[in-house]
Amino acid sequence: MQLLEVRDLTKRYPTFTLDKVSFSLEPGYIMGFIGRNGAGKTTTMKAMLNLVHRDGGEVFVNGRSFFENEQACKSEIGFVMGEFDCYKNATLRTITDVTRRFYPDWDQGAYETYLRRFALTEGKKVKELSAGMRVKYALALALSHNAKLLILDEPTSGLDPVSRDDLLDVFRSVIEDGSRSILFSTHIISDLEKCADYITYIKGGKILASTDVLTFREGYRLVSGDREHLEVRRPKLVGCKEHAFGFTGLIRAEDEEAFRSCKIAPADLESIMIYTEQEDSHETTVL
Amino acid sequence: MDLVLSGSSPLPIYRQLFDQLCAQILDGRLRSGDALPPIRTVARELSISVIPVKRAWEELEAAGFIESFVGRGCFIAPMSADKLQRLKRAMAEDRLRDAAAYCRGLGLSLAEAEGLLKDAWEPVEK
Repeated sequence: MQLLEVRDLTKRYPTFTLDKVSFSLEPGYIMGFIGRNGAGKTTTMKAMLNLVHRDGGEVFVNGRSFFENEQACKSEIGFVMGEFDCYKNATLRTITDVTRRFYPDWDQGAYETYLRRFALTEGKKVKELSAGMRVKYALALALSHNAKLLILDEPTSGLDPVSRDDLLDVFRSVIEDGSRSILFSTHIISDLEKCADYITYIKGGKILASTDVLTFREGYRLVSGDREHLEVRRPKLVGCKEHAFGFTGLIRAEDEEAFRSCKIAPADLESIMIYTEQEDSHETTVL
Repeated sequence: MDLVLSGSSPLPIYRQLFDQLCAQILDGRLRSGDALPPIRTVARELSISVIPVKRAWEELEAAGFIESFVGRGCFIAPMSADKLQRLKRAMAEDRLRDAAAYCRGLGLSLAEAEGLLKDAWEPVEK
């Protein structure tokens, strides 16, 4: 059974529509949620959790309808939104005391284990923690109420490379027993390369792709060739960059045949994202 | 079980894992009945995502190197001397087919390529 299933989630704003967003996640995996600023990542997460009112669609957590069993479903979810910055002058002990009252399944033993593991001291104030420590504290809270699904909005932004790597290690150990999953949004492509099993790619409020990372990458190829080859093939290029001696571009794997005379290489996530977004800016210039 | 991944290898990670495990099964470092660690443990240890490990394990199973049992995990498949020989030949054929295509691409004749194979063989023999 899917741990999370989002079906046709829709939210209309005057200038932006989250348009029938659907994806699902099995237990035991990490899904990276990617897209440019303003593509709808945070709106999706908020609409999923009823933090903004949705205009349509369904969300299922462990097979149960989220909107019909909101409280029960929320106790299975750990949600960390952007930077953890409530009550900067409160100590961790105070925040924990407040938080645990909301969760009947609070596991004090697990909480203390995570504090030790993340080297957090309860007597410290939130403002005394580094950005990395704040994310870890938020994770410790989420994991201690036995959340099966962690939904994290840009947990790694603002962290230095060492803290980021450290946090990704934590992610991998969270899912190690196969019962928990993590959905996290990010701009940092190397985070995805290092730990995401699945990718959900949102662009302009629509889901462009939601699949495992290998399949996603294998759906594209990088091509390069001289300019002579470019003109007739331009319609088949997802995106391309021209330079004085030729071009490099992105194609869909099924169009490989048409580019046989060019140099073809496997596509990396960063190139896929850059060329795909370029496709969009191209369209807007035409308009 | 030894696994060493190279970020600079042109081979995808699942292929590196597959190749290394194959080699260890074929040369006897891993034996029939040996348990493989759970895929998520391998992913965490190697600091990679689960999918490439899963893919490597699936391909090892499809090729007959390992067996998986729901709830118990994966084990090196039982292997008769005959089967081991067959798998070794299949692996070697695979590599040689690539090498043959490469040599043909360079315009070498079969005789020349054979000569090169013989030369390459020597240092290992000594």
